Amino acid sequence: MNRRTFLLSSAGGALAIGCALGPTGGKTWRHFRHTGEFQPNAWIRILADNTILFTLDRTEMGQGTTTSHAALVCEELEVDPRTIRILHAEANRSYDNPDKELRIQITGGSTSTAASWQPLREAGAVAREMLKRGAAELWSVPVGELIARDARIEHAKSQRSATYGQLIRQAAIQEVPKVRLKEPKEFRWIGKSLDRLDGRAKVDGSGTYGIDVRLPGMVTAVIVRPPVRGAKLAKLDDRATRARRGVHDVVHIEEGVAVIAEGYWEARTGADLLKIEWDDGHGGSRDSAALFASFEKLSSSRGRKTVRDDGDAYRSTSSKAIEAVYKLPYLAHATMEPQNATAVIYGSGNAARCEVWAPTQTPGVALWRVAEAIGFDQKQVAIHQTMIGGGFGRRLLVDYAIEAARLAVHTGKPVQVIWSREDDQQTDWYRPMVVARMRGSVAAGNIDGWLHRIVCQSIVADEGPDFIGALMPSRTPRAVRRVFANGPARMFARGTLVDSTSTEGALELPYAIPNLRVEYTPVETGIPVGFWRSVGHSHNAFVTECFFDELAAAAGKDPFELRRALLGKHRRHLGVLELAAKQAGWGTPLPPGVGRGIALHESFHSYCAIVIEASVSGNRVTVRRAVVALDCGRVVNPGLVAAQAESAVIFGLSAALKQQVTFRKGRVQETNFHNYRSLRMFECPVIETYLVPSEETPTGVGEPGVPPVAPALCNAIFAATGKRIRTLPVEAALEAMT
Amino acid sequence: MRALVLLALAACGSARADDDNRHDESSARMAFATVHEVFMHPRCMNCHPVGDAPLQFDDSRPHAMAITRRSERNGVACSTCHRAKNGTRPNQPPGAPNWHLPPAETPMVFEGRTPKQLCEQLKDPKQTGGKDLAGLVHHVEHDALVGWGWEPGPGRTPVKTPRAKLVAAMKTWAAAGAPCPD
Amino acid sequence: MTKLVVNGKHVTVSADSDTPLLWVLRDKLGLTGTKFGCGIAQCGACTVHVDGQSKRSCVLPIGELDGKQVTTIEGLATPKQLHAVQQAWLAENVPQCGYCQAGQIMTTVALLAANASPTDEDIDSALSANLCRCGTYPRIRRAVHRAAAAIKERG
Repeated sequence: MNRRTFLLSSAGGALAIGCALGPTGGKTWRHFRHTGEFQPNAWIRILADNTILFTLDRTEMGQGTTTSHAALVCEELEVDPRTIRILHAEANRSYDNPDKELRIQITGGSTSTAASWQPLREAGAVAREMLKRGAAELWSVPVGELIARDARIEHAKSQRSATYGQLIRQAAIQEVPKVRLKEPKEFRWIGKSLDRLDGRAKVDGSGTYGIDVRLPGMVTAVIVRPPVRGAKLAKLDDRATRARRGVHDVVHIEEGVAVIAEGYWEARTGADLLKIEWDDGHGGSRDSAALFASFEKLSSSRGRKTVRDDGDAYRSTSSKAIEAVYKLPYLAHATMEPQNATAVIYGSGNAARCEVWAPTQTPGVALWRVAEAIGFDQKQVAIHQTMIGGGFGRRLLVDYAIEAARLAVHTGKPVQVIWSREDDQQTDWYRPMVVARMRGSVAAGNIDGWLHRIVCQSIVADEGPDFIGALMPSRTPRAVRRVFANGPARMFARGTLVDSTSTEGALELPYAIPNLRVEYTPVETGIPVGFWRSVGHSHNAFVTECFFDELAAAAGKDPFELRRALLGKHRRHLGVLELAAKQAGWGTPLPPGVGRGIALHESFHSYCAIVIEASVSGNRVTVRRAVVALDCGRVVNPGLVAAQAESAVIFGLSAALKQQVTFRKGRVQETNFHNYRSLRMFECPVIETYLVPSEETPTGVGEPGVPPVAPALCNAIFAATGKRIRTLPVEAALEAMT
Repeated sequence: MRALVLLALAACGSARADDDNRHDESSARMAFATVHEVFMHPRCMNCHPVGDAPLQFDDSRPHAMAITRRSERNGVACSTCHRAKNGTRPNQPPGAPNWHLPPAETPMVFEGRTPKQLCEQLKDPKQTGGKDLAGLVHHVEHDALVGWGWEPGPGRTPVKTPRAKLVAAMKTWAAAGAPCPD
Repeated sequence: MTKLVVNGKHVTVSADSDTPLLWVLRDKLGLTGTKFGCGIAQCGACTVHVDGQSKRSCVLPIGELDGKQVTTIEGLATPKQLHAVQQAWLAENVPQCGYCQAGQIMTTVALLAANASPTDEDIDSALSANLCRCGTYPRIRRAVHRAAAAIKERG
C-alpha cells in the first residue's frame, strides 16, 4: 500500500464514519453536495466519471464473497460486476451482519450470502431506481419508459441515454423508492459461475494482505510469548537483544515481551537473544492425556444438562446396548498467513487517532477492543480491512490488532506485529477437545435408542464477551460492558446457560429414533478455545455419523439404506443423501481393499452428504475419491460453491487424518507445518461436487461441507478394513492400533 | 639334513606369510564391518535409499511431501530447500554443499544391503559411476555432503564412528584387496 | 553489501549476510508478493527463482546471492500480459484466500520449464511441497495442465 492509497482510504474511512449512512433522500443529497458522489446507502458509491464503487462488508477470506456479493448488488443495479471497483468496509455499524444471531460487523457462521441476499439486492435496486427517476425528471419522461442496463439509463423513444455518472446529481435528490426485485428468470449474473473478481491481485503479487501493509516509517515487532499460556514473566535480560543492530526497543506488554526493530528478521533474531524466565503457574500442568482421561470420566456420569429427551433413552439402552466413546483433540486453525496487524497513532489529546490495518473477520470487535485497550473513544479509532490469508474462524479473535495498537502507543511510530508460525500454532484459540460417550440400541433391524453425552469446553464462554461488547453502543462505560459481557460468559463456562455451539449437530439429529437423549457437560481447562470452521458440527457430526454406522452394522442394515429409512419427511436431508449415494455409485463393486463410507449433516441451514472411497495399507490411508452433494438453497455462483466443497473436503481430511494439538506440561507440542500437517497435492482425492437445484433462499456454504468429511472417511475405513476409528486423528489411531 | 632345515625354515616363512595374510584378511573384514555399520547409519543411508524417495530422520521414514528423484526432473531440486549449510533456526532443513541423491542410473543403494552385497557393489565400477576404490575413499574422506553426516545439526543423530576412523577402515579394507564377507 | 538483479533491476542490498532473501525482498526492496508462511521451507509460500531455479527464500541467506538473478512473482508478467501460468490460474479460478498462490505459481513456472508435458505424477512430485490450507489442489492441477497446453501451443 503506498502513501496515496493510505491517505485515500483514511479519508474515505473518515467520511464513512462521519456521515450518517442510511437510505433517506435528504441525506443522500447532502452527501452529494459535500462530496460530489452519489451514495444512496452504505455499499454503493457512484462518481461523476461513472466509476462504480461497491463496499464489501462480508470479508473475503477465500470463500468468494467479493464475487458473489458484487453479483447480488450488480444484478439489481444493472451493472457488469467485472466493471466495478470493490472496496473493503472499514469498521462501521452500517456494516453489521444482518443475521439475527450476529448483528455486529463480523463475517462467519456461513451467514454472508444468506444474510446479504435481500439487503444487497435491495440496495442495488434502490440505487437503480433513484438513477432512473433522476433521468425521468431530467428528460421529462415517464419512469416506466426507461431502461437501466450496463450502467446506463436509456429512453428508447427519444433515443436519449446517459451513463449513471452523468445522472448522479439528479439521482441524489430523489426520495428512496419502494423497489421490485427481479424474478430469477431475469437474472444475468446470479446463478452463473462468474470468474472470481479478486483473482488478479492473487496471482500477480499485487494484493495487500495484512502482513503486506507498509506505512512510512513503519517498524516491525515480534512478541515472545510464554510457552505456557497465562504464565507470568519472572526474569528478563534483554541486553543482548538491545545490542543487536536494527533493534530499537524491548518492552514487556500483557501479551509477552515485544522486540521492536527495523524489520522482521532483525526483530526475530533479536528476540532469540532474550533471556527470559516464565512462571508457568497452574497452566504448567495442562496435559492432553490427563484431560482426555478426565473428560472420559465425566462422560460416564449423566450430563450436567439435558438438551433433548425424546422417549426414554435410558430404558431402551439399558440392555444389549452398544457403547462407544469418541475422542477428538484440540485443533489449530493454521491459516497460511500468520496473525499480524499494523497500527499507528497520531495527534494528541482529543484529536488523537488510532488507525489499524488487520486481516480480520470482524472490524466490529476490533474497533471496541482496540479502543478499550488503549483508552480511546471508539470515534478516535479506525479499523481498515485488508485481504486475509485464510480465516477459518481464527480472525474472529482480534488479539493481533490489540497488540499492534498497544505497541503503536508505546513507540509513537507505525508498528506492524508479525506472528511466527510457531506463535500462530501455539497461541491459537483452538477447536475444543471433545469426549463423547454414545450408547445405542437396535431392535428388529432398527435403531431403538440413542444416548449422546458431550463433554467439552464452551466456546462462547471465551469468545462471547467480544461479540457482546461489539453489540453495545460505543459510549457504553467500560465497567458496564465488562459486566454484561463477562456475566454470561461465566454462565456458559459453568453450564448454567447451555452453549449451543457445543451441542449443535447433536441436538437436531434428524433420524426417527423413538428414544433419543442428548446431554452436555461443560468443562473448564484454561486452554483458550474458539470458533473453528463448522464449530460444534465439526465434532458432533463425527460422533453421530460414525455411531449411526455402528448401529446400522449391529442392525444388519446398509448405512445408506438405514439413513434413508429413518429420514422420514426430511426432504432436503434425503435430497443430498440420495444424490451423493447415486453419484458415488453406492452399492456398486469397488477394487479390492477399497471401502465406501457415507455421512450426512445439516449445518448453517445447508445440507451436505459426502461419500468417500478409501483404502488402508499398514498405517497409510489413501483417499481415492470424495463425492459431495450440497443443498445450499439457490446457488449464487456454482463455481464458487464447488470450490468451497473442495476446500471443505481437503480441510476436513487434513484434520481427520493428521491433526491434533497436544498439551504436555502446559506446552503445545506442535510447532510448525512439519508436525502439524495438512493434506498435500499427492494425497488429494478426486473431488466431485453435485449441487441440488433449489429455489430456496441461499444458505451457508463456507462451513457445511466440513462436518461430514471425518465420519465419511472413518466409515470408509471400516468398510475397507473392519477397523473402527473412534479417536482422531486417524493416522495416530492407526499407529496406536499396530 | 640341510634340505630338511631349509624346508622347515621355508615352511615357517610361508606359514608366517599365511598368518600375515590371514591377519590381513581378518583385519580387512573387521574394517569392512565398520564401513558397513557406518553406511547403514541414517545419516548415510537416508540418501542412499532403495527407492526414488530420500529418507529422513533417525527412523528413516520416506521424505515428506512426495519428494523423489522425479521432483528434480520437474523443477524441484534438493537445493530448492536444502542449502549449503544447516539451517540456523529450529526445524529448518539440514544443509551441506551440493545436497543431492546419487543419480538414478547409479543409485548406490545402502538401505537393506547385507555386508556382502554392499562390498560387491562398492567394488563394481558400473555401480560406482566409475569411481575405483581410491576414488571411493576420497569421496568419503573429502566430500562435504558426506562430512555432513558428522555435523547434521540439532534433532539428527550424527555418525558415531569418527570420520578419520572410517577412512582408515576403508583404506585397510582396500589395501587388503577389498575382500568381501561371505 | 550484496549486488544482485531482482526482476531485471540491479539492486544493492545492505543487510547482514545471513538475512534470508525473503526478508530482504519484503522489508528492504518493497516486494511483498513473496510470502512468509512458516520460515522452515515447509510451505513454499516464499518460493522465488534464483538463476532460473526454484528456491525457498525463507532459508536462503542473502550472502549467497551476490551477482545472482532473482525472479519473484512480481517479475513474471510482462507489461503487456500475464505469464501463461498466471493466465491459467485465472481461467481455472484457482485462488481462494490466495496467500499460497505466488509460491504455487513460481513452482509451476519452474516445473514447466523443466518438463513441458507433466503427468499428474510429475505434478505431484513438484507441487506436493507447496501447501494450500484452502484446498485449491484440484484446480491447481487443472491449471498446470492448461498452462502446459497453452505454452506448447504458442510454440
